[in-house]
Amino acid sequence: MIAHSRRGRLLAVAAVAALALGAAACGSDDSTGTASGGGSSAAAGPVTVTLQTFGGGKNFGYKEAVDKWNAEHKDIQIKYDNLTDQFEQVYWPQMIQWLQSGAGAGDVVGIDEGGMGLAKAHPEWWADLGEFGLQNRKADFAAWKWENGVTADGKLFGLGTDVGGMSLCYRRDLFEKAGLPGDRDEVSKLWPTWDDFIKVAHKFQDKIKDTKFVDGTNTLYNVVLVQEAAKNGNVSYFDKDNNLIVDKNPAVKTAYDFAQRISQEGLTAKLRNFTPEWNTGMKKSQFATLGCPSWMLGAVSGDGGAGPDFKGKWDVAAVPGGGGNWGGSWLAVPKQSKHPKEAAQVLDYLTGKEAEVSVFNYAGNMPSNIQAQQDPAVQGAKNEYFNDAPVGDIFAKSAAALQPVFLGVKHAQVKNAIESVVSAIDDGSVPYANGWKQLVDDAVKAAG
Amino acid sequence: MSLHVDAGHPTRAPMPPSRRHVRPRPGRSFMTWLDLKAAPYLLVSPYYLLFLLFGLFPLGFTLYFSLFDYDLTGTVEWTGLGNYTAMLGDAAFWKAVVNTLGMFVIATVPQILLALMLANALNKRFKFQLFVRLGVLLPLVTSVVAVAVVFTQLYGRDWGVVNWVLGWFGADPIDWKAERLPSWLAIATMIDWRWTGYNAIIFLAGMQTIPKDLYEAASIDGASRRRQFWQITVPMLRPTMIFVVLNSTIGGLTLFAEPTTFYNGNVHGGTNSQFQTVSMFIYEQGFREFDYGYASAAAWLLFLLILIGSGINFLLIRRIGGNK
Repeated sequence: MIAHSRRGRLLAVAAVAALALGAAACGSDDSTGTASGGGSSAAAGPVTVTLQTFGGGKNFGYKEAVDKWNAEHKDIQIKYDNLTDQFEQVYWPQMIQWLQSGAGAGDVVGIDEGGMGLAKAHPEWWADLGEFGLQNRKADFAAWKWENGVTADGKLFGLGTDVGGMSLCYRRDLFEKAGLPGDRDEVSKLWPTWDDFIKVAHKFQDKIKDTKFVDGTNTLYNVVLVQEAAKNGNVSYFDKDNNLIVDKNPAVKTAYDFAQRISQEGLTAKLRNFTPEWNTGMKKSQFATLGCPSWMLGAVSGDGGAGPDFKGKWDVAAVPGGGGNWGGSWLAVPKQSKHPKEAAQVLDYLTGKEAEVSVFNYAGNMPSNIQAQQDPAVQGAKNEYFNDAPVGDIFAKSAAALQPVFLGVKHAQVKNAIESVVSAIDDGSVPYANGWKQLVDDAVKAAG
Repeated sequence: MSLHVDAGHPTRAPMPPSRRHVRPRPGRSFMTWLDLKAAPYLLVSPYYLLFLLFGLFPLGFTLYFSLFDYDLTGTVEWTGLGNYTAMLGDAAFWKAVVNTLGMFVIATVPQILLALMLANALNKRFKFQLFVRLGVLLPLVTSVVAVAVVFTQLYGRDWGVVNWVLGWFGADPIDWKAERLPSWLAIATMIDWRWTGYNAIIFLAGMQTIPKDLYEAASIDGASRRRQFWQITVPMLRPTMIFVVLNSTIGGLTLFAEPTTFYNGNVHGGTNSQFQTVSMFIYEQGFREFDYGYASAAAWLLFLLILIGSGINFLLIRRIGGNK
């Protein structure tokens, strides 16, 4: 009996102690939070600035730049958190919820071009970077890249990270196996137009059965779309008054028809980009070419993508049909950030010349920062992973001349709906005959 | 805890029976009232308070919002029943309903039959009884997402085990995520793997309440084992059956985690919504398209759907084996 009651007492003490510990832990969390938030307490530890990004493989490519910052700045530590591969389906909807509810977003967040229309329309989501002196960065960016980071009411909220540019990645080893030239200049000469590209594809496919020529419909759909958009007044799904023009813009139809053609002619591995199957597809050599904006190089070379086993087997050639600008992102500081000043400092660093050059060398994402673009380390850069391809030459030379495609407020939603259909004709869940109609219908619904 | 133990001892010791009458305390009648009348309500109140907070309130709030055109990133406008009428004409909604019902039938019918057989087998005497009976419950302990991730790998188009095995028999690889019926089958197996054992254990508990003499009497009358199962076990299990079926109906009609994980966490349910359930549709409308009003209306229609589904199943089950 006595033993029993003593054990009971011991348990009680333990329980109370556990509770007290728990409360203490919460308490200490709170106190550091508020102290560093106010920036007043001298005893506060380092401020942690959370950087949230998206993308496959090496995504924003900030790993080395962040490591360097963290080593040099004991008072401000960056926590680099790449949330997901997928922008439209996962990252952006989640971010919108966080921004709208006022909690959850990081201190510095990445935004893809497709989200910028909506971001600009919501000045209340963002901290004013002008307050932290970032207005003086204007000369670092092309006019369009800068303008896109300014809200509807004229407040600076985002600075550019990278721009798309365009190339075509290909598996050199498989090309040679198929009796095609392996050298990148000769490969580029094989396909001045997309028709030539399809001819090469058939030649390849005749020799090699296990590997398809193209990953799926969606990647090249986007490549052709931005190329065609440039010929049609730089608009894709929305005109500059934010009216949906999917059914009227010939660029969309041309891109769709091309996607349908490569699928119908059996050239695709039926893999949708930025899915686990697509990543596995790279590791298992399921496809031999890939539409490659500069940032795609990191998605291929990263561990999630093809990874180190395929180093030197991939190479970079010119894209059929001329240049284009697919993708490119911005960094912004949400208003809800508890450390906007430190976040702005980090943002300033990450979009600055030094970090952008580091990104380019680490992942391949072409800087939008003009000074970084002109840096000899970028201009003369070769990408070791891609068989020492002169990526500086391929991307940097054209980067300054890139034109933005206008993207509407609801671009991300419409893009998501359309890409589902573009992938659906490839996996057979939508018959080719219904594809175009469903694409237009779903786009109208997503925009509504 | 120590308080409880210490306080427990004196009450167990013999006590003068007149003690309570000797020392009448002020406010005693209040304490008695509290003890006898209020305490039971106080003790059950946490459940009802929580239900009010997390059940009834959201239910009402959802109903309220379903009457608005509520865009998270835009405006809030009154539309009355506009969302409901739009939904009834929305092919995507009906597709989700068909998907949900299809997967429900494919998953639940074999699951309940299998659980019944399994329970019947477990109800016999055999070695390691407890071990085997607990073993059936094991799948339930694993996380839904872990199950879904593993099954998604098994059902991979290019590198999945299922297609590999089918290949031995000369079958062409099936694109489990692209084709409608295969995707339903794949998801149904995930559900069954997880829940069959659970239902079997509940059936088993029900079976053990059936009096043995019924079986003895039937044996004496010469009824075969099979006949005993269908004529005694199944009818006597009716209350258990009603619970299991209603539970499965509610679970099946609100299916979300398995099909979502099957498509890499994307609530579109396949490129052409081949396996998008109503729950996923609600999530997509609410948290992908940010059309809260429309999502709320869909949630209420799902609620109605569950009521109807449960009602139909209840009526069907009540008729089991009964001429009553």
